[in-house]
Amino acid sequence: MVGSPVEMTTAINAGTVGGRLAEAAALHWREGTTERTLRRDGRRWSAWTAWVLIVFITPGVVLLAIELLTFPAALLCFAHAYAVPRIQAGRGARSPVAIGSERSAGKLAEADGQAERVALGLLGDLVGHDQRELLARTGLALERGRLGVWLLGEQGAILLRPGGRRAFCWCVRIARPDELPAGDRVAHLLLALREDEEGFATVANLQFSGARWRVRRRIEARSRPALEAARALARERD
Amino acid sequence: MAKLVRLDSTGHTTLAEWAADDLEAHQAAVEAFRSELDRGMTGSMTMPDGTAQVIRELPPEADLVVMRRQIAGG
Repeated sequence: MVGSPVEMTTAINAGTVGGRLAEAAALHWREGTTERTLRRDGRRWSAWTAWVLIVFITPGVVLLAIELLTFPAALLCFAHAYAVPRIQAGRGARSPVAIGSERSAGKLAEADGQAERVALGLLGDLVGHDQRELLARTGLALERGRLGVWLLGEQGAILLRPGGRRAFCWCVRIARPDELPAGDRVAHLLLALREDEEGFATVANLQFSGARWRVRRRIEARSRPALEAARALARERD
Repeated sequence: MAKLVRLDSTGHTTLAEWAADDLEAHQAAVEAFRSELDRGMTGSMTMPDGTAQVIRELPPEADLVVMRRQIAGG
């Protein structure tokens, strides 16, 4: 018989999947996500964004320097420099899919209202009293982790790194969502994240990394308070 | 009272409930738990520190065990 939490953990560990998320262990060819890989990927995304800006702004400036009448072509270059990073940030901001948003499973014609309420009740119990109100208001579940502060939706997650300046946006979902209500979809991701944070980030597909304000501009207005709450918590860890 | 629940299309279904000293009820919960594992579900136990742990056996001391499906990159 086991008693204390430590003894209980030891006993349970004997039956775990090596302490690692089974879904991550199955992706043996994929590099595991760690503090180091996040820092590296963040730098790569910044370099890529800078490269996009250089590639489109430079020819625009050169055209204007050669002949001012080429400004329509230069404008096209500048528009690309503006649009490409904006589209990338928008793709990242759309990743999570907040409960109750237009793309939510709860908005499907076949959605079962009673099941949606039951699922939200369990999810509310899982997130705890502190985060329940934020979840109801924004449709995103906030969870503190070792890598930063997470916001979970039905189909993805946003991670704010310590300091709250950089965001990582991931696509991750249930392998067979079938008829699962919206709350259950988030609950699945929340449990997997709590089981193995790095494994969770390994399974998820990275959509975007960049400044938090770039995500904030493109995220649904209703979900912005969740991003601000995550930022406040992430700043505490700076 | 400990609870074993499955996330499903109804929101969730309570599969079993047991008290730590009720061996019979726990045994029934273990059978329900194994049946879910056989269906490809993953057992996730909420720990006292707020984390969760994948389990392959159902400990009598568990408080809440949730059976969930696998996740994948989108």
